[in-house]
Amino acid sequence: MTATAITLTGLGKSFGMTDAVQDLSLELAAGSFTALLGPSGCGKSTTLSMLAGLTAPDRGDIHFDGASILDLPAERRPVGLVFQKPLLFPHLTVADNVGFGLRMRGMRSRDRARRVAEMLDRVQLGGLGERRVGELSGGQEQRVALARALVLEPDVLLLDEPFSQLDTTLRAQMRALLRRLHVDSGITTVFVTHDQGEAVEVADTIALMLAGTLAGHGTPESFYTRPETLAGARFFGVTNEITGRTRHGRFSAPGTAIDVSTDLPDGDAVLVIRPEMIQLEAQAGVVDGRRIGRVVGARFAGTHVSVDVELGHHRLRVHHPAGRPITIGQSIGVDLRQGAYTVFTTTGR
Amino acid sequence: MIGSAAARSAGSGTAGSGTARTAGRRFGVVVLVGGALVPLVPLLVWAFAGQWRYPALVPQRMSLRGIGLLTDPRSEIPKALLTSTLIAVSVAVLAVVIGYPAGRAVGLYRFRGRRAVQFLLLAPVIVPGLASAVGLQVFFIRYGLADSATGVVLVQLIPTVPYAATVMAAAFANLDTDYERQARALGADPLRVLLFVTLPLMRPALLLAGLFAFLISWSEYVLTLLIGGGQVTTLPLLLFAAISSSDTTAAAALALLVIGPPLLLVLISGRLPATRSGAVIGLGRL
Repeated sequence: MTATAITLTGLGKSFGMTDAVQDLSLELAAGSFTALLGPSGCGKSTTLSMLAGLTAPDRGDIHFDGASILDLPAERRPVGLVFQKPLLFPHLTVADNVGFGLRMRGMRSRDRARRVAEMLDRVQLGGLGERRVGELSGGQEQRVALARALVLEPDVLLLDEPFSQLDTTLRAQMRALLRRLHVDSGITTVFVTHDQGEAVEVADTIALMLAGTLAGHGTPESFYTRPETLAGARFFGVTNEITGRTRHGRFSAPGTAIDVSTDLPDGDAVLVIRPEMIQLEAQAGVVDGRRIGRVVGARFAGTHVSVDVELGHHRLRVHHPAGRPITIGQSIGVDLRQGAYTVFTTTGR
Repeated sequence: MIGSAAARSAGSGTAGSGTARTAGRRFGVVVLVGGALVPLVPLLVWAFAGQWRYPALVPQRMSLRGIGLLTDPRSEIPKALLTSTLIAVSVAVLAVVIGYPAGRAVGLYRFRGRRAVQFLLLAPVIVPGLASAVGLQVFFIRYGLADSATGVVLVQLIPTVPYAATVMAAAFANLDTDYERQARALGADPLRVLLFVTLPLMRPALLLAGLFAFLISWSEYVLTLLIGGGQVTTLPLLLFAAISSSDTTAAAALALLVIGPPLLLVLISGRLPATRSGAVIGLGRL
């Protein structure tokens, strides 16, 4: 099966006065596994709904492999959809639920039974076909929902927070199952979630949506190392923001001795850096150009010690390797790892 | 200390009141069922009475004349039973079909004027049916619907559609329309979504709405008389005739016949397996 590429161009949807999705353009490669990530109300579910054909966009277009699908009603789009709730039809058995779509396509019941049984095996529910849906556990229900979508062999699989109602262990198992199914089928997959940890774990690429617009699109790693936007950096847990100014290609923050090169135009700016990207060097004495801070708090956090350091009038959070001694009140050298920080302009905001 | 003593006494109190509550519930059921059945006893006795004069406590002579009337092919009763059944079934089906969209709109959607529509739906329940029927009679006569069973079915929709719509509105308010969206995504066009998903999910409410409409139609008298113009004879009409002719035995036998089917329907509907999906739409069992 050849996978399908998805292109969103200038997609927009408003509900009354609120713009749920604004001018969203996004290219999802054929066979990719993309997490559509964002806080609740950011428009990610609306976007998914527009892909599925359950919500009509006000503006823009959606192409599957270069052909617009906007004219296709939901029931004729080549997509499989799994919601947060399993939504298994309570009046049907497990097998009839999985076979529902095939039945809608007019497949004969003998062929249907074979396909359904195969699909149930693939989601590790072999032999449960005759069960009533009320007799299943939460994880089983969601696997039936997954099987019901995949048995139709859609070109695109859309999942709307499918595992968010399951407990942590089960969620990890379901993610592993989903990864496996994706590798087997190579189907282009869009996975909506509000949990950045889940997005990083399950997806190959992440599209971050904030307030209805795209705030970054790239590999999970790039969101940690090279965030595209300040909001995106914040969403991925950057806790250190150092405000300053850019001038003649240098960013500097008063009182911190931070002075780094940047290609931003002159103006107000902010440097962001993740807590694990700062190194503390306990050598005494001020070396030339060295940034010296003062330890004001330290807390053991399992894999590391979470240290608060005062640098100028900024307070930085640093993840310091456990086992290396640190005392509150001590002066300490603060090193920003080369390339581990990003500077964003805040002029005009 | 005080707290634990209180908790202990509360604990034992719960156990005590638990049995008391069960006993109380049983008593309540007995009173309810008894209250419903006791009036049937004199009816039963009267239906089989041949001669029963004051001040005797039981009839002087028993007879099967009353029951014979019910099955006598020369009497109007078998035909009226058929007419009543046909009319009530038609009214039940039509009331559900007509009430369905209204129930869906009121139960599912928040729109401007929703309260007004809700009130309008209930208006025929609040305004006495007779009042509106007198006004409507003119139109029924003009369009040739008076004195016909069709006219009677139509006029009986006035008191039944509101009930049906209201019952279904309550069920729709609890319907998760994501089931319908899911079905669309699985390749079902809107008609198939209705047939294969929505109607099965709504089945308990549809049955309940139909049952209500059937029961209302079954015992309807005034509207039938007014629009039927004596040409359409239903069981309640015969019952009133028997009562006014002072043939108590015939009236009692007829009354039993009128009570029978609804009682049977209610008893059966309480045991229908069809109510299995009722939990989804919050109706529970009928």
